[in-house]
Amino acid sequence: MAEVSLKNVVKRYGALEVVHGIDLEIAHNEFVVLVGPSGCGKSTTLRMIAGLEDISDGEIAIGDKVVNMLPPRKRNISMVFQNYALYPHMSVRENLGFSLKIAKRAPEDITKAVDDAADILGLTELLERTPAELSGGQRQRVAMGRAIVRHPDVFLFDEPLSNLDAKLRTQMRVEIKKLHSKVKTTIVYVTHDQIEAMTLADRIVIMKDGHIVQIGTPLEVFERPVDTFVAGFIGSPPMNLIEGSVKDDHVVFSDGRSLPVPPDFTGKIANGRRVVFGFRADVLMPKGHTLAESGVLHDIDLTIDMAEPLGSESILLTTLGGQDIQARMHNPRPVTSGEVLTCELHLEKCHLFDADTTQSLRG
Amino acid sequence: MPSRTKDILIWITTFMIMLIICMPGLWIILSAFRTNGEILTKPAIWIPETLTLDNFRAIFGYGENVVGVPVASYFRNSIIISATSTFLAVFIGMTGGYAFARYRFPGKGSTFLWLMLSRTVPGIALSLPIFIIWSRMGIIDTKFGVILVYTAINVPFTIWLTEGFFRQVPQDLNEAAQIDGCTRWEAFWKIEFPLAKSGIASAGIFAFLTSWNEYALASQLTRSTDSKTLPVGLMDFTAQFTIDWAGMCAMAVIIIIPALILTFLVQKHLIAGLTFGGVKG
Ligand SMILES: Nc1ncnc2c1ncn2[C@@H]1O[C@H](COP(=O)(O)OP(=O)(O)OP(=O)(O)O)[C@@H](O)[C@H]1O
Ligand SMILES: [Mg+2]
Repeated sequence: MAEVSLKNVVKRYGALEVVHGIDLEIAHNEFVVLVGPSGCGKSTTLRMIAGLEDISDGEIAIGDKVVNMLPPRKRNISMVFQNYALYPHMSVRENLGFSLKIAKRAPEDITKAVDDAADILGLTELLERTPAELSGGQRQRVAMGRAIVRHPDVFLFDEPLSNLDAKLRTQMRVEIKKLHSKVKTTIVYVTHDQIEAMTLADRIVIMKDGHIVQIGTPLEVFERPVDTFVAGFIGSPPMNLIEGSVKDDHVVFSDGRSLPVPPDFTGKIANGRRVVFGFRADVLMPKGHTLAESGVLHDIDLTIDMAEPLGSESILLTTLGGQDIQARMHNPRPVTSGEVLTCELHLEKCHLFDADTTQSLRG
Repeated sequence: MPSRTKDILIWITTFMIMLIICMPGLWIILSAFRTNGEILTKPAIWIPETLTLDNFRAIFGYGENVVGVPVASYFRNSIIISATSTFLAVFIGMTGGYAFARYRFPGKGSTFLWLMLSRTVPGIALSLPIFIIWSRMGIIDTKFGVILVYTAINVPFTIWLTEGFFRQVPQDLNEAAQIDGCTRWEAFWKIEFPLAKSGIASAGIFAFLTSWNEYALASQLTRSTDSKTLPVGLMDFTAQFTIDWAGMCAMAVIIIIPALILTFLVQKHLIAGLTFGGVKG
């Protein structure tokens, strides 16, 4: 059993504090993804769990053992690095078996463990090559193989796919997911790619500037972002966010147009309050090109600036309240620039945030 | 220009340059097999008429005119002094280079600079202070005294050279090894040391050759067969009025051979072709 628990973990470099008191409980066998923009402290947090960075304050426990003072080798973790960090002077077999050799396991055990891992990851043909003779994706697999051979309590991944091209990234993403179902282990995975986070995670931890902004399942953070940052970060295309002020249960934008507040908020928001109205492209669709869905619909005429056809759907670029926003058109037809389309907005799927604090008003 | 003509031109130029560089060495080797008389003939005889091994026989105490130079002792001293000081300099320099490459500590930049600057002082300028201090300490004319000086001379260069090589080894590898169960020390020996091996070997060769060939300081610090090294021993061939050039050249050849052998032995490690393919592509 290996839960990972972070209590008020702080990291300072000299006077500069880069991680500000993080609390996080990761369950046994859970796949947790730390996601956030560059420089938000994801790697630092992961490296503190690994023991590669000292903890300035707080407590980290793996299983029921506080590991603050333990060196990496005593934490029974393994880690896959962004640059793979394979040992260039060893063959793939030696790379995979290195940790077992250090642990002074019997040679025949090592051979067996390496063969098993190679089997799981499809590396059997490559065992006698050196890392220099492998492609990027193969190196990636060796790096994962090296992590799984010794059955650690926790796997740590630091942006393992960011050096791969888009196609290979998608393929490896699937393999990592499969791997997790095969070798049941707690996984902490760092990425700045929200799609990776959404597809892989049991729970997503969204970080910003050394703080945790929100923790939740992919659907939770997608459907109920706690603030405009999460709303803009998770989901593709990012959520449309338009600032305005409330008047009689309507949000009035700078261009004078308005939208009714979502049903949940009707009668609850004082007139004059500055808010941000948020909705995803998926809930704004031109009439006749919607997905058959019922709900509280609101019609709005929009002038289309441009359409980006994606095949089965098009992304429509338009403006509302002085903001560039996006809508989605199913079963698309060609749209000329400047054309006015009546669109349906699913009001009950819209969000309201406080304009000053950026926090969700959903409470 | 056709590439053939270009090739030929490059060849000729290279040949000329090499000829200029190698000429003195060639002269020494030729002279080692000639008589003193022939060496001193004017105009110079380029192609020797007779080749003889008498010079070597004389050095090692065989033949008619035995030279009274204890080459065997000098050889032993040189080996002991060079090998020990090289080992020490490489060990100290390598750990130092590693520290400079991997750790942050106050005054790192200026320490590094000062170490390098220490190389700008000509060794001979230090000979008097060293002589005085060494004689007070009673380590004049001991192998230990010379080893100490040579180690000190070689450490800065070794630090500089190995630092560069260690810096090329990605930090990730050390961390990966630590996660795989190594202590820092083990990670160093199992991962970073093998990967920086070519740099360390180069540093070793340089340190050895410096010690092996050093004359200026050794001539001040050594007196007797207890500590005199081969280059200092060369001066034994000069008497008040005569110089035994043939004997000197023969001994010079004896000095060159071990250095050549060592360089050939180590050179395959010098090829810094280690691919860092384990990291990125
Ligand atoms: N050794 C260091 N000394 C000082 N500051 C550091 C050091 N290492 C990292 N930082 C700072 O800590 C912050 C967090 O860095 P970290 O590497 O954790 O970011 P990250 O979220 O992993 O970003 P990325 O997605 O770019 O990898 C950054 O602002 C960085 O500048
Ligand atoms: Mg990072």
